[in-house]
This record gives sequence, C-alpha cells and structure tokens, in this order.
Amino acid sequence: MKVVYFDNNATTRVADEVFEQIRPYFCELYGNPSSMHSFGGQVSRKMRRAREKVAQLLGCEASEIIFTGCGTESNNTAISGTLAAYPNKRKVITSRVEHPAVLQVCRELENHGYTVVEIGVDKKGRLDMNRLEEQIDDDTALITIMYANNETGTIFPVDKIAQLAESKGVVFHTDAVQVVGKIPMNLSQRPGIALLSISGHKLHAPKGIGVLFVRKGTRLRPYMLGGHQEAGRRAGTENVPGIIGLGKACELADENMAAENSRVRSLRDKLEKEILEKCPDCMVNGDVENRLPNTSNISFEFIEGEAILLMLDRFGICASSGSACTSGSLEPSHVLRAMGVPFTAAHGSIRFSLSRYNTEEEIDYAIEKIPPIISRLRELSPFVKPK
Amino acid sequence: MWEYTDKVKEHFFNPRNVGEIKDADGVGEVGSLACGDALKLTFKLDEKGRIADAKFKTFGCASAIATSSVLTEIINGMTIDEAARVTNRDIADYLGGLPEQKMHCSVMGREALEAAIDNYRTGGTKKHELEGKVVCTCFGVTENEIERVVRENDLSTVEDVTNYCKAGGGCGGCKDEIEKIIERVQGEKSKAPAVSRPAKHHKLTNIQKIQLVQQTINEQIRPALRADGGNIELIDVEGNKVIVAFRGMCAQCRLTEFTIKEVVEARLREFVSDELYVEEDKDSAAEPHVHRG
Repeated sequence: MKVVYFDNNATTRVADEVFEQIRPYFCELYGNPSSMHSFGGQVSRKMRRAREKVAQLLGCEASEIIFTGCGTESNNTAISGTLAAYPNKRKVITSRVEHPAVLQVCRELENHGYTVVEIGVDKKGRLDMNRLEEQIDDDTALITIMYANNETGTIFPVDKIAQLAESKGVVFHTDAVQVVGKIPMNLSQRPGIALLSISGHKLHAPKGIGVLFVRKGTRLRPYMLGGHQEAGRRAGTENVPGIIGLGKACELADENMAAENSRVRSLRDKLEKEILEKCPDCMVNGDVENRLPNTSNISFEFIEGEAILLMLDRFGICASSGSACTSGSLEPSHVLRAMGVPFTAAHGSIRFSLSRYNTEEEIDYAIEKIPPIISRLRELSPFVKPK
Repeated sequence: MWEYTDKVKEHFFNPRNVGEIKDADGVGEVGSLACGDALKLTFKLDEKGRIADAKFKTFGCASAIATSSVLTEIINGMTIDEAARVTNRDIADYLGGLPEQKMHCSVMGREALEAAIDNYRTGGTKKHELEGKVVCTCFGVTENEIERVVRENDLSTVEDVTNYCKAGGGCGGCKDEIEKIIERVQGEKSKAPAVSRPAKHHKLTNIQKIQLVQQTINEQIRPALRADGGNIELIDVEGNKVIVAFRGMCAQCRLTEFTIKEVVEARLREFVSDELYVEEDKDSAAEPHVHRG
C-alpha cells in the first residue's frame, strides 16, 4: 500500500540527493577527520564545506556552528551551558508549550535551586509577551522559548523576544528545529538570538545529527567533555555522514525554500479547507495568521484521536494526535491544555504536517478518505445525537 | 504504536451492535468526554429473561471501541445473573488480551454493564462511579472501584491501578491513598509482610536535616505539585519547623492547608523525621520570586 506521509514534524524522509552524498562516507571515506594522515584530512575538508553550507542557510559564520547528536542535545547544551557560564544568576524563563527537550530540562533545574518561570499562551497559542517582559530581571540567566510550536505550527515573535533579551542583557536561546529550512534565518542580522537549535532529520537529513548555533561572544560551558572536536565546544568523534548529509540538506533548503514553501502552504491550505468544509464540528488549533506553512492541527469534536489515526493508517495515511491515548498518558497534549483547548476537542486533535515530497494527488486522496472516517467514528459516539 | 491483537483490530474496524435500543430494559452510561472515553450500553430481554439484544455507543480509542463491541457479543443470550458475573478479565481475555495501559477500557466495559443491570433491577440511573468516597478527583474514581480492580485483577502497584481504572493518572495526588488501598486489599488476601518502611536517619545534624528536607522536597513533593501546575519553595528550617512557600497554581489554591498536612508534612515525616511540622510563609507567597540579597 502507498504511504501518504503527513507526519513531517515528527521526522522527514532523507532527500535522495542527501543520501547520495552520504553514501561514500561509510566504506570508502571512513577516515577520522582528526587524523594526521591525508586519508582522514580529506574528510575534514568535506566537513568544513558542510559547515559552511549550514552557516549559509542560517545566515551566520561557519565558526558559530557546533554539530551535536540531535536537537535534544542542542537544547540541553544551550540551557546547561549558559547556566554554568553565569553561576550567579538563578532564574530561567521559558514557555508552557515547549518541547519536552526544553521543558523537562527546565523543570529539573528547579530541583537545583533555580526559579523557572513558564510563560503561558492564549487560546490561539500566542505567547503572553507582557508577562515575559515583566519577568525579565537581573537574576535572569536565560530565556529559552521555541521559534515555532511543533504541535500547532504557531510561530512566536522571536525578534521581539530577542530585542527584550538583548536590552536587558539576558541570553536568549530558541529551539528552531521545526523552523529551519522553512523560514529564512538571517542570523547575522538578528543579534538578540544568542543560541539556536536545529535537528537534521526535520529537514531531510538523517537522524542523529543536530546543530547548536552559538553567536560569537556568547559564553557557554561545554556540555560534552573529552575531546578537542568542534573547537573544544563539543567533544566526541564527529558524525561525519550526518554532517555531510546535513550540509547537503541545508543547501537544498536554501535553494528551494521560497518555491517549496508556497507549494507546501497551498497544499496544506487545501487539505485544511476541504476537511473543515466536509466535516462538521471541527476547528483549527493554533494561530492561523502566524503559522508554519506545513502544519495543520485540527480538532474533531466528540471522537478520539487514536481511533482516527488507526482508521487513517488503514489507508496508509500517517499523521499524529494530541490525544491522551496516543501519548500513553491519560491526559491530552500539554500544548493544547496550555492553550485552553476544551478536553472534548483536545482528545480528538490530529496534526497533519507536510513536506516538499507531498503531492496534490495525496491531498486529494486524503480529502476523499478523511470525511467518511470522521462520520463513521461519530456514528459510534454517544455524544453525537442522531439526526 | 500500540500492540493490539488481531481480534481488537477486527472489532475496532468492524464493530458489532452499534447503536442504541429505543425501549431498552437496561441502560448503562459511564465515562465522560473529559476523561477521554465514554460508553453507553443498552440491552433488551426476551420473554425468558435472557438478553436478546445489546447495543453500544462509544467515544474513545480503538481498544475502547473493540471492548464495547465484544461486550455486546459476550452478554448476548445471557441471563441477568450470568451477565452480572462478567468481569473485566473476561472481556480482555475474549479480545486475546489488551496492552496493560489499556486495561481501563475493559474495566469501563464491565462498569457500563453493571450500570445497565442496576438500571434494569432498580430503575436507578446513578452514575456508577459516584458510589463511595472519591479517591481520584481527576478521573472521578472511588475507593470501592479501586478496591475492586485490585481484588479482581490481583494488582500490586499504583501503576497497575492507573492502567486498570485511570486512578492516579492525572495529578498523581492520590497515589498515597491508592497505595494504602492496595496494601489493605492485598493484606487481607495473603497476609503478606507489611511494606518495609524507609530507613529513618536517627540523629541528624542541622545541616543534614536541612539537606534532607531540601532533597525530599525536590524528589518527593515538587513532582506531585508540578502535576497540578503548582510548585513549592523551601524558605527556612528552624528546629523542627519547616517553612515553605507555594508557587504557581498552589499559591492561589484554597487547598493549601490540606496540601501542607497531607502532602508536604506527611512526606517530610516519612523521609526525614517524625518530629517535623510545616508552616507556610505567607509574606513570601504574597510576592513571588523575591530575590534576597
């Protein structure tokens, strides 16, 4: 059966061009880039080229790129590394809708005497900027707030946060794993962003490679010790195939971003519009004015997300849900709860996240399959009164 | 992805007996939208007193729907007395088993059946879960209900209880009470040795005491409050008096008195010293995040 993959905020397929570039680095060009011999040295040169491509996509200098093992490691490094560099400051500001790779790290800090302030969001998932501004004080070491939310696609006013942080002399880190490759970064023009996390597998590079952008002059204690790699800022033999692949993936994203995103956006809009038209009692979660071009989070009232996903799965359609049952916990997504989405809608929320590989035919196929699934499940639901 | 048996999938994709019997002899409704699953069961008896027709409507995940579907199959043709003996185990076994975390679906099936039988026998429509003292307020689970799943399924941990009836799966504030219920029920059955008490530290220096208090707050108390959006800060320790301040949701909560006694003080006595007592620092609560010095 054909797979229709609408779960690109979870992970993406590796681009063919990326895979072709990586292939020689397993059995032929397997040298260690740190070695003195030219067999290893040639790998080092290729890696330098990849670093430049990543820097180009981010609009920063190559020396500001640290390769890590994943987005989660980048986030952990940014938070722990900043706090270690400012031992006298004991407060961290974050948001209630962060990915666990930030939220759980912050909550653990409370056990070590830190004050952690989680800024809330409104019904559309927009950040409470007044509260954020109020909370920044002399004791604040770090603001860590995501660039865009992984569940709803809502984009946060990162430039405003960056300006606030800069004016008050606070380090600002943003988790941009869902954003890089979808929105131009121009980091050299945005001095308030000190640290920024990327994950390779969200933009068609392989899993197991991440990046932490560290602006020149930002104080950061290394997180991984035991080697001189990445200029002593991240020890451990480099994931050469991952780095080469990420370089290529960034090059592809840079070349095609505008064209791809307008195409992906129009596919997403079509899918969303048709679903809302054909299925009664649905609503879009998040800020539709300010959203990633590939993400649509829709709540289907009176039915449950896992049931919808399994029905979609039978047609090869892959998506994800914020319902309690899919998370293995008994409560629905912390993001939707923070937004005050009613339980009735949170349990029935489905996230569709597209990529450049999705086609018009796939959208048409999904639009044909989804409404009967929704009405079938509603026939079973005791909360839907028969007409 | 959940590992569902073929039978679960088969009943999810092709549920039997969907609907609602208009002039039903018994009607049972359990669960709610907020809880994430709900089931309405209706049945009709024939002239010999056997269940001639049973129908369901379910809001919930695949296993909730499959459970409801097989329930209608299981009870079809049974007398009321036979149906009353159906356990959640019977339902799960009929499906070839359910993932542990989904066992609460089978319990929901049994509860709906009981509610429907009760409705037939007494005409009552009381919500099943409202009988007895409510232990888990997040999911509205009573003491009787917890005792029953523990006994019928031979459960021994709080996690099991959560998997079977959701109790303890929200804020987690009732986990202690669930633990006591398990001890009581399982103690009756096997006279098993009492659960060992944590080793108390006998003579503590002031520094050791303060460190242990902080550690207990970090590891035992804060996670429970966090689940409710609350937080706690240790302000000071004076002799045996521990002074704390509540943050976040806890600062606005009317139950702080209860939280101090039943959560904070109880844990500190358990893990540090029986002599400790706790007071709230009201000054600090009025102005959160004051930084001294």
